[in-house]
Amino acid sequence: MPEELLERYAVAGASPPGMPAGLTVDDRLLADRRVRSELRRQIALLERRLGELFAAAFPRKGIEWRVGAGGGPRVLGVADLERVRDALAARLRSAEAEVARRGRIEERNRQLLEQMLIAPEHHRGVLITAADIGEPSCRTWRSTPRLGPIGMLMGWWRVKISSGCPLATGRAAAGAP
Amino acid sequence: MSPRGDGGLGVDADEAVPESGWVAAELREELPGLDLRYLTLDARTTKSPAHVRARLRTLSDRFAGAQAINLRHQAIPWAYRVFFRHIGLDPDEQPTPVEQLALERMFHGGFVTRNRLDDAIAIAIIESGVALRAFDAAKLSGRLGIRTSAPGEELTRPLAPGTLVVADEQRPIGQLFGDPASGAEPDGRTRRAAIAAVQVRGVPDIAVEEAIWIASNVLRS
Repeated sequence: MPEELLERYAVAGASPPGMPAGLTVDDRLLADRRVRSELRRQIALLERRLGELFAAAFPRKGIEWRVGAGGGPRVLGVADLERVRDALAARLRSAEAEVARRGRIEERNRQLLEQMLIAPEHHRGVLITAADIGEPSCRTWRSTPRLGPIGMLMGWWRVKISSGCPLATGRAAAGAP
Repeated sequence: MSPRGDGGLGVDADEAVPESGWVAAELREELPGLDLRYLTLDARTTKSPAHVRARLRTLSDRFAGAQAINLRHQAIPWAYRVFFRHIGLDPDEQPTPVEQLALERMFHGGFVTRNRLDDAIAIAIIESGVALRAFDAAKLSGRLGIRTSAPGEELTRPLAPGTLVVADEQRPIGQLFGDPASGAEPDGRTRRAAIAAVQVRGVPDIAVEEAIWIASNVLRS
């Protein structure tokens, strides 16, 4: 697993082990190439994990996915590949943490919504959106009084569910006078 | 779906077989799987005919947000993302060709028609996921390939030595995965174009051949 390798490199000082003495130039070049190849393999695995998380995180917005370019397009050396790999690993960790944090908030919101549906009078004026519970639609749930001020005075509360997203107007409508 | 000599596809075999470009030896060793295939054929940048525009609209209808989100799960788009990382590009800052089109689809509400050549390239990229680009064949000298730039070479700006470029036998004609910026890009006077596919590890030969075949088919239709 890439994480285990990442941990190992992190503990060892973020660099592959040094070359033993007595190696020829060809041996060193070959060893360097193997290190680069291994780093590329790790980058591929991390990219796959990041892609999976990206899809799983949808429709949550505002999560940072960018890692930053490494001055390419060019052939990266060991140090550059390490930077890319470390940046990907760091981004993966921060994105996982953010998705988990939002997941906890969404779970709390789902519980709040259930309670609100059972007893709207105890959650007066509360508004919960689909985004608050991690869903992709535009629906909202709002605890509102029946018959306006009368319901407010009488304690007649209900949960009103919105009808969804606004209708798309399209480019033609937007450009219309 | 190999177009090689397959009369059943209704394509002239002499024209349909993509040529293999060259890849500098050090790049072949360092980035195995990197390759360039291209096909030179008649192409103009005139307005797309109705059936090509209709095909783009159909693709727009088939390609929604879910497909865009799941692009990274598909083998070929993922292979390009990985390759971008390997060469120091961030695919979230400079999207891969298929992701660039997906972004445009989301932003404009549909794939935008530009001209027949660009539309052919776009249709082939969307359907195959393979990175394609076009050059004006009249402005090229010899075979195309991939190499690193030498000191003093430039496109619109001087290139840092070691930059990965698509080149003909005389000069660089564009950064790898960048826009052509050497005067080799097709324009209103273009009569023949070289449609080039950059292949990376994880992208099968058949996908590259299919991509070029789709583009050539749209141009000939």
